[in-house]
Amino acid sequence: MRLDLLPRARRSRRLDLLAPALAFLAAVLIGGIAVAALGVPPGQAFLTYFVAPLSEVWSLQEVALKAAPLALIATGLAFCYRANLWNIGAEGQYVAGGLAGGWVAVAAHGSQGPTAWILPAMLLAGTCAGIAYAMIPALLRVRLGVSEILTSLMLVYVAQLLLDYMVRGPLRDPQGYNFPQSVSFDDAARLPLLMAGESLHAGVLIGLVGIGLAALVLTRTLFGFEVRTVGASPRAARFAGFSDARLTLAVFAISGGAAGLAGICEVAGRIGQLQPEISPGYGFTAIIVAFLGRLSPPGILLAALVIALTTIGGEGAQIDLKLPLDLTRAFQGLLLGLVLGADVLTRYHVRIVPGGAGAKGIP
Amino acid sequence: MSLDIVQMVLVTVLAAATPLILAGIGELVVERSGVLNLGVEGMMVLGAAAGFAVAAWTGSTGLGALGGAGAGLLLAALFGLLTVVLAANQVASGLALTILGLGLSGLVGAGYVGMKRDPAPHLDLPGLTDLPGIGRLLFGHDAFVYAALLLVAGVWWFLWRTRAGLTLRAIGDDHAATHALGLKVRKVRFLAVLFGGACAGLAGAYLSLAYTPFWAPAMTAGRGWIALALVVFASWRPLRVAAGALLFGGATVLQLHAQAAGLGLPGQLLSAVPYLATILALVLLSLGRRRGGSLAPAALGRVFAPSR
Repeated sequence: MRLDLLPRARRSRRLDLLAPALAFLAAVLIGGIAVAALGVPPGQAFLTYFVAPLSEVWSLQEVALKAAPLALIATGLAFCYRANLWNIGAEGQYVAGGLAGGWVAVAAHGSQGPTAWILPAMLLAGTCAGIAYAMIPALLRVRLGVSEILTSLMLVYVAQLLLDYMVRGPLRDPQGYNFPQSVSFDDAARLPLLMAGESLHAGVLIGLVGIGLAALVLTRTLFGFEVRTVGASPRAARFAGFSDARLTLAVFAISGGAAGLAGICEVAGRIGQLQPEISPGYGFTAIIVAFLGRLSPPGILLAALVIALTTIGGEGAQIDLKLPLDLTRAFQGLLLGLVLGADVLTRYHVRIVPGGAGAKGIP
Repeated sequence: MSLDIVQMVLVTVLAAATPLILAGIGELVVERSGVLNLGVEGMMVLGAAAGFAVAAWTGSTGLGALGGAGAGLLLAALFGLLTVVLAANQVASGLALTILGLGLSGLVGAGYVGMKRDPAPHLDLPGLTDLPGIGRLLFGHDAFVYAALLLVAGVWWFLWRTRAGLTLRAIGDDHAATHALGLKVRKVRFLAVLFGGACAGLAGAYLSLAYTPFWAPAMTAGRGWIALALVVFASWRPLRVAAGALLFGGATVLQLHAQAAGLGLPGQLLSAVPYLATILALVLLSLGRRRGGSLAPAALGRVFAPSR
């Protein structure tokens, strides 16, 4: 038996939408089998993972709060991935953003006088730090041809260690009984809540605005056209005179800035202080979200909601059904693999040619 | 006396280098065939969990090592199915593999957290192992270390002294031309991917069965990624992978000693040394390389989809 792939002359819109849906279905089926193997009725697990988080106000807010950073980071990454550049260090850029923005809040802690500047300064510092941190792999690639994949990933570990050092050292709360955390931020350094007494904060709106802007840039500007062209046909892009180096720096700046902004929004929103862990792996999960959303902002928004839903559902399943959290992670990895595999349907006609070892000879 | 200290340091360097050698040499074969598998970390961590689970279950370190290699191989088969058979994007599939491997390893290892086993037995030849100065260095390691060194020699021999090795390298340089010649591009690549997975799984099993004989979630701590960098650093040559791994092993040991000695440097900075050293190594390599002419296999990472 042989599997032949014939390139499609043009992509079908219907298959473009169908492929990820099929992949999602397949992942849910495989997940169901895994859950059954762990001794939990799959139907009950399905309700806990996908329905229960939608049934209460607090868990809906949790879904939105998780989806916002994921969507924001993934939208930034989509620029990189469309241009065939592989920034996989968004987690590090997120941490850099959270650290730099949080630093501003710690420095401004208890200051007299006007406080309106603090929050904007934090957001700006976080975004700039994310950009600056992303410039390291970008510049190394442009100037020296060093693989951006490896450097961006290595810098994740470095950023996490730097944050760890800062909250145990220079930024530690002197009155904090030696706990590795900074002072709790003043109210002026916190993102305002959207509804009094609830958990939803303005970071979600910032995320939405960011995604909207990105969608406009990608579809309505010359720069967005450049990004899409380089990804679709690097040769054509070179003939059109698009500069490789400039584009590399630009897409890394966008993805780093988005990740940094997401980082400071999380720190100034939900957490409210600096601590050794400020991310449940958003920067890595966002990679899944970006591909699941087919590298387009509307798709990414939807994908972020789905992934956030399964994450919140996974926390519920851990409590209610004693299902391990790693199951969620394995499910998300599997989902990404299946989405990539299903992609083959949109790009090729798949033809299975019967006949095994006997049919070789003339190709 | 001081000779014994030198020997002791060298022994620990070799131990720290072994997982990098194992994973690196496997990935080298994969990349020489033209496939970039970024999932080394995932295969390695699953190998560590599965290896420990099998060893704890059967009571045999040898079976544990096989289990680890088998787990890595299975995960690699999934990657091969995606990238070699279905022509999916290799970078993204590799990342998916890493995430999947981390999740699966947590599931497999859940029941074994905090459990301890005796480390893999070390070679002990009466008379030879006790030789002053060199005995322990030559005759006192566990089987993983010798397996790693044998693998390096074997892969070198295979790639540069056999016809099959030549075929594999040719496929990695130009899949269209080799396909036109009638060589089985997808089959060779799939087998290479499986080999790489088994090696990464074995590297993981070494970590949980010999290096630190217990299982802890995410215990590979980025070693899979360092192994990937090592292949680039080694310009896709087996002997240089071993040499590079020893260098990195040396850096790791140096960092541990510096941490123990308490030089007044923050521990986090020392912990960052392997990652910073990796970046530095890649930078130095590209500075030293003459302009033009990449050393990478020419078809590395490119999708191959034969129409007939």
